[in-house]
Amino acid sequence: MALSGTNLQLDSFEELAMPLFDQLYNFAHWLTQNRDEAEDLVQETYVKALKGFSSFQLGTNFRAWIYRILRNTFLTSRKGLKVTMTVPLDFHAEEEEPEPAVERDTPETLLLARSSHESLQKAIDELPVHFREILLLCEVEEMSYQEISDTLAVPIGTVMSRLSRARQTLRNQLRPHLQQEAGLRIARGTNHGL
Amino acid sequence: MVCESWKERLDAYLDGELPQGELRTFDAHVRNCSSCSADALSRVQFKRGIHLAGKRFTPSAEFRNRMQQSIASKPRRAFRLGWMLAAAVVVLVVGTLTSTYLGNRSGRDQVFSEIADLHVATLASSSPVDVISTDRHTVKPWFQGKIPFAFNLPELQNSEFSLLGGRMTYLEQTPGAHLIYDARKHHISVFIFQDRSLPARLSDSSLKPASLPFNMETWSKGGLRYFVIGDASAADIDSLARLFKTAS
Repeated sequence: MALSGTNLQLDSFEELAMPLFDQLYNFAHWLTQNRDEAEDLVQETYVKALKGFSSFQLGTNFRAWIYRILRNTFLTSRKGLKVTMTVPLDFHAEEEEPEPAVERDTPETLLLARSSHESLQKAIDELPVHFREILLLCEVEEMSYQEISDTLAVPIGTVMSRLSRARQTLRNQLRPHLQQEAGLRIARGTNHGL
Repeated sequence: MVCESWKERLDAYLDGELPQGELRTFDAHVRNCSSCSADALSRVQFKRGIHLAGKRFTPSAEFRNRMQQSIASKPRRAFRLGWMLAAAVVVLVVGTLTSTYLGNRSGRDQVFSEIADLHVATLASSSPVDVISTDRHTVKPWFQGKIPFAFNLPELQNSEFSLLGGRMTYLEQTPGAHLIYDARKHHISVFIFQDRSLPARLSDSSLKPASLPFNMETWSKGGLRYFVIGDASAADIDSLARLFKTAS
């Protein structure tokens, strides 16, 4: 693959794009759940970004711009199309509804907060892609609501409600993993005692 | 439900998305409300867990090189090969040293931050200790069989400290002992772990991390890593640390 452009363009593009390489790859891998597909996605993103770089206004948010390209590229890929077709029908209707009130400071939520690295990774992996992506943009990329709104092309109100639902869904996904972990600990304890 | 209207905005508060005026009001409320501060703490731990778990995949060196080469513009003619090689060596050495230093520093900061979390979370709990006793000869044997090492507890007679009890704790899946002391109405935590099991290389130090409202002292002795942390004065933290150093 060869990317083309003037030297000046390539210089500026490289300066802006390469520091984001690891993060973009991590995000791509979470979306595609496959190493080869993640590499293809990142590569295609860079090709498209460089091609459209002349339309990018220097001084505006490059990160949100390139993440948006990556996400749109994913959504139009075979896997992305499959994923968008499996989004629940009531997903968009739910977006503007307020989050149901939940009592959080219970022993269970404290336990959830301390769940293991592996359980969290499994639970994030099992999240629907629209929840996985927003959670990663907020918690891993530490994007502001405005940046997320620019990346996903949705209003800030939707960012807030979707983020809230993503966190709640993750807590729900974690419960079976925690029960499994607790079971293993008990089994280990029993064996230890024998 | 307690403080329902505050809790609805707690995520936005922790995401740093509240307007300045609202932020100050929120800060004041969270500081004075035990329910909201406990909730905030568990959400912060949840956020941190996601942050760490989310940084999961790294590109291969081969893929990185391939992309770098495709993007890189043509080298300027004025550069001579010798200079480029020399520059590359310098960059490599500086890069290695910097990344090692930054890696150690971020690992160390993470350990300190986890220790502070454990201290605060335990004190916020309704049952902070599993073995309640002021007698070190009761507390120390309680840990036998629960953690993979033994340690000594100092004699506290004629000191300003009193032992409240202990509990088992975990730091990065490593089991350890957590002891709680009282000094002039301040609670001080002492954590003990096996040094080799900890994720980051730590040096012995007395410090007040800028981001944490605590004094802390850490040292290693006999293969064990000790942390003393609390909102007591640096002198009290040091004094308790010295008692432990003498006992171990």
